[in-house]
Amino acid sequence: MNFKLKDIVPQLITVLAVVLVFGFFTYNAQINMENRGIDFGYGFLSQESSFDVQFSLIEYDGSHSYFRAYLVGLLNTILVSVIGIIIATILGVIVGIARLSPNYLINKFAAFYVEFFRNIPLLLQIFFWYFAALRALPLPQDAEAMFGVFFLTIKGLYVPAFIWQNFNIFFYSIIAAIIAIIVIRAHAKKVQENQGKQIPVFLISIGLIFILPLLSFLIGGVRLSFEVPVLKQLATTSFIYEGGVSLPPELIALTLSLSLYTATFIAECVRAGIQGVGKGQKEAAASIGLTPNQVLKLVIMPQALRIIIPPTTNQYLNLTKNSSLAAAIAYPDLVLVFAGTALMQTGKAIEIVSITMFTYLTLSISISILMNWYNKKIAIQEK
Amino acid sequence: MFKYLKQLTSLVAMVAVLFTFTTESMAAKKSKTLKNTQKKGFVRCGVSQGLPGFSNADAAGNWTGVDVDVCRAVAAAVLGDANKVKFTPLSAKERFTALTSGEIDILSRNTTWTLSRDADIGLTFVGVNFYDGQGFMVRKSSGITSTSQFKDGISACTNIGTTTELNMRDFFNSKGISYEPVAFEKADEVVAAYDAGRCDTYTTDKSGLAAQRTKMKNPDEHIVLPETISKEPLGPVVRQGDAVWEDIVRWSLNTMIEAEEYGITSANADMMKTSDNPAIKRLVGAEGELGAAFGLDNDWSLRIIKQVGNYGESYKRNIADTGILPDRGPNQLWTKGGILYVPPAR
Repeated sequence: MNFKLKDIVPQLITVLAVVLVFGFFTYNAQINMENRGIDFGYGFLSQESSFDVQFSLIEYDGSHSYFRAYLVGLLNTILVSVIGIIIATILGVIVGIARLSPNYLINKFAAFYVEFFRNIPLLLQIFFWYFAALRALPLPQDAEAMFGVFFLTIKGLYVPAFIWQNFNIFFYSIIAAIIAIIVIRAHAKKVQENQGKQIPVFLISIGLIFILPLLSFLIGGVRLSFEVPVLKQLATTSFIYEGGVSLPPELIALTLSLSLYTATFIAECVRAGIQGVGKGQKEAAASIGLTPNQVLKLVIMPQALRIIIPPTTNQYLNLTKNSSLAAAIAYPDLVLVFAGTALMQTGKAIEIVSITMFTYLTLSISISILMNWYNKKIAIQEK
Repeated sequence: MFKYLKQLTSLVAMVAVLFTFTTESMAAKKSKTLKNTQKKGFVRCGVSQGLPGFSNADAAGNWTGVDVDVCRAVAAAVLGDANKVKFTPLSAKERFTALTSGEIDILSRNTTWTLSRDADIGLTFVGVNFYDGQGFMVRKSSGITSTSQFKDGISACTNIGTTTELNMRDFFNSKGISYEPVAFEKADEVVAAYDAGRCDTYTTDKSGLAAQRTKMKNPDEHIVLPETISKEPLGPVVRQGDAVWEDIVRWSLNTMIEAEEYGITSANADMMKTSDNPAIKRLVGAEGELGAAFGLDNDWSLRIIKQVGNYGESYKRNIADTGILPDRGPNQLWTKGGILYVPPAR
């Protein structure tokens, strides 16, 4: 060990500065709160919240605690982020590949989509989908049924609810199908490595995932019926649908705008990734007789993914954090419910803001860890 | 390098000298807020993001409304000019934090006085400048004329961070009606969503309903139901811990109300100096030394009345003449059947 003074001094100064800054803020907050008679503490979390929330994944009403309200907001944030990430990824990959298509129309259309949606501020897009598109939707009583059972109205999307009998048997049949597919895939890989024979795994998988659950209906006694939403009159001109499942327009508008916006960035990541793979790779793959699909699947994508994953992780984080714009259109996410209503009703600004910040930090780091793990998995393995 | 350092040092020294020589009046020493306000030359006032009649900015950025007039009255009293106010538009969610963190010095933003707000979060309510209650607005075409016609599944648009959210739950719970609360951060968005048909009813303070109705596409298509489901005394708020500033804001508001009681208006205030009534003479600064208690001169109340007007003038200008609530209801003087009653200025 050979410490030199000039190596340690800058470190010490940095640590000292950080401690001083934090110390000053803590001290300042303490003094000011004391002067104004504000108590600090997290005890309020167990108090009755006494406000209701529009949309919740867990059972909740005003008689529950503030902590429960926090969970409601957190779950709503996670819900919109997960749906948003899935849609944005699917759309992003399709558009990204489409931008490289030799077909002029597809290519230009994808380019137009990317340039249009990524250059308009997200908040504006949320307002557009919520206020402009919402106004164009019909009132419940004027809504035309889609496929006879879906109703898209200004008060939300009403879809039939599934009513299952013997749901567990159906569930097991799906699990069984998934296990069978994994086994077959492993077997197919071995067969190909040993004998060079290819088994059409994809077709077999599709067959399995349909046939097994179908069998559960035919011989397993599983029954599925639908509860179709029914129009109910509240007053002369005010109606709602009862029964079935209702998705609030706030959720739909938010998911839509977040996915459409983030998909443009993911599309660019995908395009960059594919273009980052040397042209020689594609030509070499083609020269040994692989079909264009196989070239993409076996040669280009595995290499491109290494370039695509890290910037796409950033986009996932962005989407999660951007979901806090929900407050503008009344979607009850963490910011609206907890850092909004709960903060107002309790006045515990420092406590609630710190919890909210810590929660977003945890969410972001979780996504980061997951994506880094995946990135490591697909990294080049030196043999 | 050294040249700049030298300049910097002399600059710091100059500023330090300036600060030491700034003269301070007696009470300014007692009230940090008053001292800071006089130093800055304007009153920092938190208002709504646009509620006609209470605090609303026109296209040129001029704020008007009864809540705005409270801040103007304070500016007239402590700075001598009712226009020396810096208005900060705040959402319901931001308002208290803005006040406790010292971003503003008066919050005059149709804020309901409740026990927990007064006692728990470092605020002090100084009085009531509008007695209100929560109500419901519905579309006329719905045929609803009373809250007793509300049915299960009704959706209600409102603001977050308000007492409205809590009252709404109490109301629907006590009636046993299930409802869908749709809560927005900004009032404009609540109105837009209700107007589009997202909600069956819009609920907030009745004055707010009346004011927002004027913003709608077709105001005549909407009615405010007769029921009032809560008490909402709205008034200005200050930070806890500065008793002198609290008194200045309280008595600026009281002056406006008492001036109306004695018939002193912005037009006749100067002539009232020769009145026979000692109460009137005190209010226009012709008798007594009322201003000295706050460290202000004796014309502080006269300036409020001359520059801002009395409460009745403010109400007429902002709420009655704009067609929001022509009937003063409880916001009439106690001598005329209302409940406006302020302690005497003496």
